[in-house]
Amino acid sequence: MSNILAGRPAAQAASGSGPRPGRRPLSDKATPYLFVSPFMILFAVFGVWPIIRSLILAFYATNGPKSQVFVGLKNFEFLFADPDFHTAVWNTLVFAFWSVVLQIPFALGLAILLNQRWLPGRTFLRLAFFSPNLLGQVFVGVLFSVLLAPQYGLLNKALHALIGLPLDTKWLSNPALVMPAIVLTSLWLYVGFNMIYFLAALQAVDKELYEAAMIDGAGPWRQFLAVTLPGIRPVATFVLVTTTIGSFQLFELPYTMLSNSAGPNNAGLTVVMYLYNNGFVTGDLGYASAVGWTLAIGVLLISLVQMRVTGVWKGEAK
Amino acid sequence: MNSQSVQLGRTAIIILMVTAALIVLTPLVWLVAATLKSSDDMFHYTFFPPLSRFTLSQYHDLFTKSPFARYLVNSVFVTSVSVMAQLFFSSLAGFALAKYEFKGKNVIVGIMLATLLLPGQLTMAPQYDLLYHMKMVDSYAGLIVPGAVSVFGIFLFRQSIQQIPDELLQAARIDGCSEFQIYWDIVMPVSRPMIGAFCLISFMGAWNSFLWPQIILHHAELFTLPIGLNQLVSLYQTQYGMLMAGTLLGVLPVVLLFVLLQKEFVAGLTAGAVKG
Repeated sequence: MSNILAGRPAAQAASGSGPRPGRRPLSDKATPYLFVSPFMILFAVFGVWPIIRSLILAFYATNGPKSQVFVGLKNFEFLFADPDFHTAVWNTLVFAFWSVVLQIPFALGLAILLNQRWLPGRTFLRLAFFSPNLLGQVFVGVLFSVLLAPQYGLLNKALHALIGLPLDTKWLSNPALVMPAIVLTSLWLYVGFNMIYFLAALQAVDKELYEAAMIDGAGPWRQFLAVTLPGIRPVATFVLVTTTIGSFQLFELPYTMLSNSAGPNNAGLTVVMYLYNNGFVTGDLGYASAVGWTLAIGVLLISLVQMRVTGVWKGEAK
Repeated sequence: MNSQSVQLGRTAIIILMVTAALIVLTPLVWLVAATLKSSDDMFHYTFFPPLSRFTLSQYHDLFTKSPFARYLVNSVFVTSVSVMAQLFFSSLAGFALAKYEFKGKNVIVGIMLATLLLPGQLTMAPQYDLLYHMKMVDSYAGLIVPGAVSVFGIFLFRQSIQQIPDELLQAARIDGCSEFQIYWDIVMPVSRPMIGAFCLISFMGAWNSFLWPQIILHHAELFTLPIGLNQLVSLYQTQYGMLMAGTLLGVLPVVLLFVLLQKEFVAGLTAGAVKG
């Protein structure tokens, strides 16, 4: 913090008069390379090379890692014609849509309310809303598969008592209810996580702007539109993009909630589950790479469109 | 405005928020309760049974009838090695990128940023292929080594280390510190809050990791807790109490670590986003 103000000139003076030049010329030059090399080696082998390799593999049909046959664009042709892939893409899009539409307003609303000074117990409330995020998706999946069970499940008991919904509502075996169940579970899991980002953003908005707006006679709604929203735009975009990207990678939650399956009528089949089934259950690593690239390009395009729309991309560079 | 109506609105909001918080906490309370009931009482009492009917039999079953203890030990081992490796590699590289000028630096940063844009699932198939040929499939090496570097961690450390004043490092150089000593004795101690945040984030990632262990580990004795627990779900489908005990124990380490590190955690989480 303080070095933003004071550090620069002092550092320049120090490097101008310091004994650095000439004393350890060799180690000086080699040091940064030495420090990044453990990372660079691992990163090159297990990060960069697999990306290049997946570009090649996408044009091969493979049977496990042992046999590989060049098939050109056949993987992509098959992929785009496969009704299961269409189902997976549709489900993933539906999940992503509802995640964004529910998560962001809920998270922002909670953050705004929890940012009010007059609200008692704010620390406790923040912790309460954030706490589900400490649970890994697998544990949440196992927990909710019991909570959503017909007859005994807590959700059905509660809904039965409150609004008279039948006790045997089959959240996880009725194809029409599988996606709502997954969306609700993920809302419970992630809303507090996004709330933290919005809280941090709200606290960074300049207080004087609110005072100025109030002097100009702006009511709460006008203040929200004129001060809050522009102030949190970069963070809101960040939350929007990461929520979307995360939604496209949905796998563990439905997989464990639906006892290691895609659910009835593939109602819980997602793109990553489709990739996993084809690549690692069936064993076609080439086909899985083709699915991976299709996913990657889809995610990139959607993120770019989102950044364009919210105006963060062209405006104030990061 | 009329202060009475403001007061009324505020009270309504307080009631709403408390209700919402209670709803969010309910599944967790139910989870704790489920692990303390006998199987007969499981659905007889919605939450906690009378005090006299509390029992630890579900935990007893979990450890005596299932290989849960094995999964727990495996997860503790894999997670601690992963976190330490990630911490070391990320902070060292982050230090170099923050405090040295060298040829190729911008290229490295550019490549790292580019890979952040691609979803991790893209590289699962080629990584599996690579590890198969390196004979690292079905081993902890195959689990830990590819994940030892965290690009996210490097950016986190680069950003926090940039805040350390140059003259502090310069003074240490004049005192005769080697560059590695500067990293170890000055940069790391000063970065303690960021280390706390990173450890928690990296711990959560490794501890909860499911898909990659599921792909790379074949033998049940190597299973980590998430894939082991998922296995138990299909084996003991109706033993809810036992499964919930496993779930609670799977969640508890993260909760404890979070309680210890929550201040650092929130700071680390939002460091990139708010400045960005």
